[in-house]
Amino acid sequence: MNSRLMSIIRKEFIQIFRDTRTLIMVLIIPIMQLFLLGYSATNDVRNVPLAVLDQSRSTESRALLDAYRAADYFRIAYSVDSQAEIQDLIEAGKARAAVIIPPDYAQRLNDGNATVAFILDGSDPTSASTALSAAKLISQAHATGILSERFARTGMNLRVQPPVEVRTTVWYNPDLISAYFMIPGVIGMILYAIAAILTATSVVRERERGTIEQLIVTPIRPWELIVGKLMPYVILGFFNTLEVLAVGHWWFGMPIRGDLGLIILLSIVFLITGLGIGLFASTIANTQQEAMLTVWMTLLPSIFLSGFFFPLEAMPAVLRWISYLMPLRYYLVIIRSLLLKDVSLAMIQTDVIAMTLFAVGIMTAAALRFHKRLD
Amino acid sequence: MTDLLVNATNLHKSFGDNHAVDGVSLHVKPGEIYGLVGSDGAGKTTTMRLLVGALRPDEGEINVCGFDVSKQVEQARSQVGYLSQRFSLYEDLTVLENIRFFAEVRGLSQTEWLPRSLEILEFVGLGNFKDRRAGQLSGGMKQKLGLASALVTRPRLLLLDEPTTGVDPVTRQDFWQLVIKLVSAPALSVVEAQRADHPSTSDFAKSASSSAQDGVSVIISTPYMDEASRCHRVGFMKLGRIIAEDTPYNLRSRLAERVLELRGSPINTLRHVAHHDEDVEDVAAFGDKLHLRVKEGRAQAVIERLPAGITAQGAELIELRSIPPALEDVFIALSETNHD
Repeated sequence: MNSRLMSIIRKEFIQIFRDTRTLIMVLIIPIMQLFLLGYSATNDVRNVPLAVLDQSRSTESRALLDAYRAADYFRIAYSVDSQAEIQDLIEAGKARAAVIIPPDYAQRLNDGNATVAFILDGSDPTSASTALSAAKLISQAHATGILSERFARTGMNLRVQPPVEVRTTVWYNPDLISAYFMIPGVIGMILYAIAAILTATSVVRERERGTIEQLIVTPIRPWELIVGKLMPYVILGFFNTLEVLAVGHWWFGMPIRGDLGLIILLSIVFLITGLGIGLFASTIANTQQEAMLTVWMTLLPSIFLSGFFFPLEAMPAVLRWISYLMPLRYYLVIIRSLLLKDVSLAMIQTDVIAMTLFAVGIMTAAALRFHKRLD
Repeated sequence: MTDLLVNATNLHKSFGDNHAVDGVSLHVKPGEIYGLVGSDGAGKTTTMRLLVGALRPDEGEINVCGFDVSKQVEQARSQVGYLSQRFSLYEDLTVLENIRFFAEVRGLSQTEWLPRSLEILEFVGLGNFKDRRAGQLSGGMKQKLGLASALVTRPRLLLLDEPTTGVDPVTRQDFWQLVIKLVSAPALSVVEAQRADHPSTSDFAKSASSSAQDGVSVIISTPYMDEASRCHRVGFMKLGRIIAEDTPYNLRSRLAERVLELRGSPINTLRHVAHHDEDVEDVAAFGDKLHLRVKEGRAQAVIERLPAGITAQGAELIELRSIPPALEDVFIALSETNHD
């Protein structure tokens, strides 16, 4: 192998390992982010505190409340005596939802036209909408139960059947665990951020400390310098990928259904995009801080417009168009598909091609801007 | 012109409106120490960077060691050792790791770099510090390390950009001794002589001596006149141009019989009196003495006239005599001349 290249790689590794603080950060940050996002960034709604105003105080009303209690979406936190109390509890944030059972509930249930009021704190739309559909489901199931029971009692022995029954099956992530959705995102974000930031700062540091001047006057060719400086970060990023996959798999129980070799190969392709962004940033920035900021400027839109947190389908058309410019978008589709679905390469080929084009394009643009001169 | 190690003609380099180098031509022979002197911003560093291809000239041609720098820059660089003004080695690497890195990227093989590096560290006096981090070296040792890593590939041309700025006088002296040794004999024989008691290195000493047989050429930039006077030839830069170029002797003789030394007290009165003499062009303080630069052929007249003026002002005259000009006198004179 090219000995100049090897020398640069060796030098870069010595520097990486001597900079213990940065090295530890590089190894620990992915795990921290994984735990943070794996646990906190979840849309799973559980144990919503519920206030109950049971004005009926009948067997029927208790049966309804038992139905709520049985599902773990809600936790009956308060039993109150007036509507004003409900208002207070919701305003204070102690209760997020409330059920009001009117005094004539039992009577009207017999007549077949009972109503129950369900009040929801909509200030957090995501959890509110989940809670709303949960409440509807619970109520409908309860109503169906009552009907069947009643028919049974009248001896009609008729099974109550809604005219259309929708049987839902959730594939790939049947329990709808958010972590399975988040972990691939974290892998993508980490590959991108670490690759870009480390590359940018390591190149700019040479300029900041004046060592670039000595490098320039060596017979090192620009491509050797680029490859030599990037290679250690490819290896580091590769290690980060394995690290996050391992923790995701063994700690969060995230399945790895696709071909591991393909996952790693495509992750490296994506990593090259991050390295390219970093190299590009290093040709613009003069200080390490500037380099960091430049990378951050590309990182934020990447995260928000790639479908990492927010579904692309829900975005306005303009943002959806912009999202096509985010390499992370393609990688997220690829990695989520490969981890959860075990799709074949053919199924994700459009995204693979788009991501590869971005990797090649960004790297080429950065390499063209990267001159081995001072001016 | 192939016998020139550096043959640069009519170099121009601007940064925006600033003409950092404005028509510099430079010719350096093998074995020559060429000094570039001039005040800060005169264009010395830019000239050096142009020679080594770190900057691309707007105009002009540069041939270094037989290679056209605009076309064969890597070949040219393989013959050049460059020590930049700012310490530009890796502070987080050890002395030996630094040398190894620069030795290897400049083409030394796995088997070559180690003996060569140890030898060169011994040569610059860093043999006992090879495992120390470069960031923990003193200023002078850093410069020696810089010199060592520039020398490790045995370049034919050494470009030293203000290598002794901010370095203590003893180290400056050491540094110059190294440079002079390098030039006065082929680099190898210096090392060989120093390490005569280590026969293990002699094989490899022989193998590389052919490329160094002409001796090394050095281009050194410096703001210090005592250093300039150690060079074989000196180019004085001002506003991006070399406004005077000659041997130190010839440069000094430009002011022959035109510099007077004046001692006495109070020195401010002496300065005042001298300044008002019509034949005195310039008065410069050198510690407790004044150097007067007088018009061509007027030295005797001033020596005869000035004492009376001094005593008339109530000052005391100790000595007034004609002295051989120092390079400093020449450069002060050159700095004041308007060449535009």
